[in-house]
Amino acid sequence: MASLWRYLLAGLGLAALLAGILAVVYLTAPRSSRPAGPDVSRTKPTDNGLFVASFAPERGVVRLGELESWLLTLKTKAGAPVEGAAIAISGGMPQHNHGLPTSPQATDYLGDGRYRIEGLKFTMSGWWQLHFAISATAGSDTVLFNVVL
Amino acid sequence: MKHLSCVLALMVAVVLAGCGKPDFSDAEKQTIASLALSRLPPLKPDTTNRFADVPAAAALGSTLFFDLGMSRDGTVSCSTCHKIDRQFQDDLPQAVGVGHTNRRTMPLAGVARDPWFFWDGRRDSLWAQALTPLENPLEQAGNRAAYAHYIKARFGERYERIFGPLPDLSGTPLNASPLGTDAEKAAWNAMSGAQRDAINGVYANIGKAIAAFERSIEPTPTRFDRFALDLSTGAEPKGDAVFSKDEVLGLKLFVGKANCVTCHNGPRFTDNGFHNTGVPPVAGLPPDRGRIDAVRQVEADPFNCFGAFRDGDVSACGELRFLVKSAPELIRAYKTPSLRGAATRPPYMHAGQFSSLDEVVAHYAKAAPSVEGVSEVHPLELSDRERAALVAFLKTLSE
Repeated sequence: MASLWRYLLAGLGLAALLAGILAVVYLTAPRSSRPAGPDVSRTKPTDNGLFVASFAPERGVVRLGELESWLLTLKTKAGAPVEGAAIAISGGMPQHNHGLPTSPQATDYLGDGRYRIEGLKFTMSGWWQLHFAISATAGSDTVLFNVVL
Repeated sequence: MKHLSCVLALMVAVVLAGCGKPDFSDAEKQTIASLALSRLPPLKPDTTNRFADVPAAAALGSTLFFDLGMSRDGTVSCSTCHKIDRQFQDDLPQAVGVGHTNRRTMPLAGVARDPWFFWDGRRDSLWAQALTPLENPLEQAGNRAAYAHYIKARFGERYERIFGPLPDLSGTPLNASPLGTDAEKAAWNAMSGAQRDAINGVYANIGKAIAAFERSIEPTPTRFDRFALDLSTGAEPKGDAVFSKDEVLGLKLFVGKANCVTCHNGPRFTDNGFHNTGVPPVAGLPPDRGRIDAVRQVEADPFNCFGAFRDGDVSACGELRFLVKSAPELIRAYKTPSLRGAATRPPYMHAGQFSSLDEVVAHYAKAAPSVEGVSEVHPLELSDRERAALVAFLKTLSE
């Protein structure tokens, strides 16, 4: 009889241990909420405050692995469109040690400070950076946009 | 006492069964769904090849693909290396045509979806790709004038029904090419511009016919796709769609800690990009620097998208127009291959460096530095079980 109690006690102990382990596993499981990532705002002042730049996909959506055009809109602080700007584009994936898979270019001026940036291609999900060097009559400035896919 | 043991055993069994059930986070489920073949979009038209979806062109292309006559000595066809019953590859570390090449034959499932061709992307269309082995002295070793004469003699009627009248080849040398032997080059240089254009035109159409055929070679659903479909619909997997514990673990690693999905993404398990992953060179083969040396080749190719033989308008040439021409990461960068069917076609990498998936996984875990340039791969701590699980998962892409 005594041995049965001992087994029961051992059984309960094991069950409690198991419950404890499971509780730890489930409670420490990764949550769906992500840690704060890079600044992904689509509109921001350029690094020296010369312009306000906006960067958005021309068709509204981003498709992985497709050549896409985006629009870079440049305004002065007062909100006037910046015309005749020369734009050089570079970038890459800071966590993957590689640059862009394509060489995007500003191919067209659409008026109202809007420049078409063609030849962008995001080949993988993750953190991308796009760096613009902008030169206009008002001066030269740079701006960096983070795109997280 | 007996009862107690039974209860304990039952408890353990229940807990284990719970652990064995695939349990994926929403983010994992989303990634897994993005890999399923059901997500593969329809094949886009190729406007640079107006015969791409012409059945008669595909039929002629199929004939040419398997025709040993399409080589210098009548011993090699496209299908010599791209074997129809072997996923259109040859199981060899390096392809053997008329001579021994320095690169692994690539399989062809879904090839028409590639933006760049060959391991280094030295061609920018499927039809321009198809022309390259025809004149490579180590592959089919022919020359474009000889191919034009051969087509006229052997397939003239079929050709003309598709592409229109063949040019008058009466004054054209039997062997001539800008890429051939000294004699062939001399013959090519002695031809008039009109003659060269005529030969190049027939030659380009050979590529367009072969490309039309190759467009029909597409990946087929696998166990993974059945599993992924059930996972996304919430259905209980049945039959071979049930994944073992190792396969589930391997899939979790693939889309998670092992970072495989970074480059092997989308329904074809490739980003269609070029990466230096530190794969070592093969002793005895000529120097091979990958993508960095392919840039000049694709720019110089008269059959590239900017060339005179493209159909349609120049808007189709985005990849070439926005080509990355010089960047340190192009050094020893090679195309990300699709992983569909990979488990049943060793050896692996651009020159067949690794003979098994175990070796491939070990290479990525170790992340040895590249002999030249910088590898994008970072070392990864993987247990023996995790390595085996990754391989187990990869096999589900071949079943």
